[in-house]
Amino acid sequence: MRRAGGFVVLGSACLASLASAEIPLDQRKSGADFISAATRAMQEDDTANPAMLSTLDGESMWNEKAGGAQKSCGDCHGPAPKSMKGVAARYPAYNVARQAPVDLSGQINACRTDQQKAEAFKPESAQLLALSAYIGSQSRGLPVSPPDDARLASFRARGEALWSQRIGQLNFSCAQCHDDNWGKRLGSALIPQAHPNAYPIYRLDWQGMGSLQRRFRNCMSGVRAEAYPYGAQEFIDLEVFLAHRARGMPVETPGVRP
Amino acid sequence: MAGNMGRALISLPAKAKRGDVIEIRAMIAHPMETGFRPDSQGRLVARDIVNRFECLFEGEQVFACDLFPAMSANPYLSFTMRADMSGELVFRWRDDSGALSEEKRRIEVE
Repeated sequence: MRRAGGFVVLGSACLASLASAEIPLDQRKSGADFISAATRAMQEDDTANPAMLSTLDGESMWNEKAGGAQKSCGDCHGPAPKSMKGVAARYPAYNVARQAPVDLSGQINACRTDQQKAEAFKPESAQLLALSAYIGSQSRGLPVSPPDDARLASFRARGEALWSQRIGQLNFSCAQCHDDNWGKRLGSALIPQAHPNAYPIYRLDWQGMGSLQRRFRNCMSGVRAEAYPYGAQEFIDLEVFLAHRARGMPVETPGVRP
Repeated sequence: MAGNMGRALISLPAKAKRGDVIEIRAMIAHPMETGFRPDSQGRLVARDIVNRFECLFEGEQVFACDLFPAMSANPYLSFTMRADMSGELVFRWRDDSGALSEEKRRIEVE
């Protein structure tokens, strides 16, 4: 029975792949539109949103001195509600020193190593997620605004190619689920459009916080592909493309997902 | 605070009218390790959960509960009490390691 079900899923995906196309801007929906009313209420109430525990940890960290330079984020940037407003909405952005785009976590770690002379946070560490959530929450309600920067174009094009690239033993691309079949079900799960506007998120399944790259790795193992390591250029390229694809949608950070 | 016990998030109205039934919400950061989960080496991770929560108003218990491994991480509890007078609420969580976390909040009743 299970095997037969699998063929049905594969069959319908093959038909749909003929029609892969970008979702029209006015038909885009946030992941929050695909979750239950209870989970959505949890996200929208800061006293019930479990991601606020991490976000408030990030707020404390903002003013903690760190590293050889004994500087806090706030020593350079001032109060985050002012200086970080709209910042997360612009990431990934081009980093001149690295000659490549960096995402928000990458920028936090660049500040750690270059300005604070401290050790970089490990990917998916509680500290990195907390600071990302705190900085991200300063952009809540503001539109995702990827920079209009010609240097990002080649990275975005690579991200778009990865988006449409079939991968894994199941031979699915991101686009086949999230462009062509959003709103339908994969098993019991509703397929969302895969917008990055609420990350980092508290995922009930994870019982904790996670980044967009953790979500990528989830999907990749779901289609039985070998996931790229955290921080891989491929992930940054995908993030650049997804920010463009979600341009104008309101930031929801920190989101809650099932 | 010690061990896995983290930040607490408490929500209650700062002011209430005498006789009002008010809602109190309390959440605490805790991994709620069930004791059934193997680590990357296949060994069971020792159970460490918040096993007791109590809320006292001016020393009198208004809500208490025992928690068990089926509770999710970062347990979130919501309960009500009747506001009869101004005073201090004390919130206490205790976990398997013996760590105790305590928070206090005042409520003004008019």
